[in-house]
Amino acid sequence: MSDMLQINSPTWGAPDTDSADRIQAALGADAIERRVEFRGELTLDLPIDRYIEVCTFLRDEEQYDLLSDVTVVDYLGYTGEVAGYWGGDGRDINRDSHSGKRMVPDPAGPKRFGVSATFAKVMTVTDGNHRRLRVRVWVDEGESVPSLVPVYPSADFHEREGFDMMGIDFAGHPNLRRIIMPEDWGGHPQRKDYPVGGEPVQFSDEV
Amino acid sequence: MAATEKKTVVWPQQDILQPVPSELWPSSDNPDLLEINLGPNHPSTHGVLRVVTTLDGEVVVGVKCEVGYVHTGIEKNIEQKTYWKAIPYVPRMDYLSFFSGETAFCMATEKALELEVPRRAEWIRVIFQELARIHSHLVFLGTGSVDLGGIALLFYCFRARDEVLDLFEMACGARMHPRYCQVGGVAEDLPKGFEQRCREVIAFMRDQIDQYYELIGANPIWLARTVGVGVMSPDFAIKMGMTGPNLRASGVPYDLRSANGGYGGYRELGYTPVTKETGDVDARFRVRIDEMSASLDLIEKALDGLPEGPVITDDRKVALPPRHELHTSMESLIHHFKLVTEGFEVPAGEVYAPIESARGEFGFHLISDGSAKPWRVRLHGPAFVLLQSFAKLCEGVYLADLIAILASIDPVLGDVDR
Repeated sequence: MSDMLQINSPTWGAPDTDSADRIQAALGADAIERRVEFRGELTLDLPIDRYIEVCTFLRDEEQYDLLSDVTVVDYLGYTGEVAGYWGGDGRDINRDSHSGKRMVPDPAGPKRFGVSATFAKVMTVTDGNHRRLRVRVWVDEGESVPSLVPVYPSADFHEREGFDMMGIDFAGHPNLRRIIMPEDWGGHPQRKDYPVGGEPVQFSDEV
Repeated sequence: MAATEKKTVVWPQQDILQPVPSELWPSSDNPDLLEINLGPNHPSTHGVLRVVTTLDGEVVVGVKCEVGYVHTGIEKNIEQKTYWKAIPYVPRMDYLSFFSGETAFCMATEKALELEVPRRAEWIRVIFQELARIHSHLVFLGTGSVDLGGIALLFYCFRARDEVLDLFEMACGARMHPRYCQVGGVAEDLPKGFEQRCREVIAFMRDQIDQYYELIGANPIWLARTVGVGVMSPDFAIKMGMTGPNLRASGVPYDLRSANGGYGGYRELGYTPVTKETGDVDARFRVRIDEMSASLDLIEKALDGLPEGPVITDDRKVALPPRHELHTSMESLIHHFKLVTEGFEVPAGEVYAPIESARGEFGFHLISDGSAKPWRVRLHGPAFVLLQSFAKLCEGVYLADLIAILASIDPVLGDVDR
């Protein structure tokens, strides 16, 4: 700390394990499947049928009033032997690292897509300690995630983007349309099996 | 004109789930309704935003925002790049507070790497983040006043904006999108004469800000257009995910520069959030003007106490070695070559590092698989979120007020569409 400044965990606060304990105390131990802590950020993996229940609990009892973000991640090929997806010069996750180790990561979760929501405490905080917490559910292709819009209205655009870019069906969303891509677009561009540079050229002369 | 007495605000009841949060759907059986289309290139839409508006006479009854016109697939592109080659993409999203984007991405990467950044670099980052914030607020103020029919402020603001951009040019060679922030620090030290020039600009800006207040502060036309228009209660703002100056204009002192003790250089410099009480268009303009003053104070404080030392980490696996070493040191040459061709590996995991940009919480959700390229990068852009509350704010206002409200919430469409 002399002339270096530690970037510990910008604006996350301490990992909120207390909230996780209270969730399990109030809703049962099976409300949380797994706790992941990385760089001071606590992620709770939830069973999909308890997702809305836990988020409602977080909003009503734990004062997590701000939904900061909803992220959908496609883990297709995260651990597999895929050296360059789209030909020779794509991602090569099996390439040796500087230290000579194989850098194949552990599986991130049981299914292909991880849908995570990050919450923050804002309004009720008086001591400047705005803690954050992330919850996550796992889905496969064709399964649907309950929509967070009835609990946190600001999930609206995030979930529409998740549908648009990743093809996640958010059940119960009032207006699940494409938001960024054109309405007649085919496929979901941010999936890992959607090629880069392979999309048809729009508005070209060829009919 | 500063607010003298504290007013009691009667917040409107904003029932946000009717009919959907981000859009207003009028009943379709009324033959008098007129559907008009603002944008995507209407001059007052602040970028390529299309607002499908339904009017009953001159009153707005239905609003739909259509976004996506400047979608460039930046998130997908970053997945194909090594970390340090992804940095130039980032400021193209929020092109008004460009330096915040660079810093947020570098901070997320540093957090995943558990990398320490030299103190001087953190302070330099603060200076440029605040300059970018001033730049963004100046553009907001100028274009916002044009939307409200006053063109004079635009020329004042763009003159001052040029001075701010000159500072960027002086330090990084580029006026916008400087790519000055690096993982582990900043690319180069401040040039000679920067501090003096910066202080001149601060003095100039202080004078300018007084003039902005003179132009709009007591102008009866301005006040008639802004006071009491588009009132957003704190409860509503939080429910709709609003952060940044829009939230602080409703009286919530939430600012990531001070929350949890701040981040980076703000931890030592300290910051007190600027808030306003009324939550209307006027408050959203004033909170930004006051934030410019606060930013000037921060820059001055950072210049006064700017620590000596290196500006980038000495971890050669992450940061390029100094240029002169390449001629004499074999290791430096190898490090340089490896970094340029392969980049650096980031441990597998998931981090979300939010910082306070000019519009609010600007964070990168970075998922790494342990390789040299990010597995997935998700940008949480404040403009994307704040656009959700736009429809509800416009319910039952006049069409001219819709333009004022859109100007006051300050969306940047590059940030919305990415």
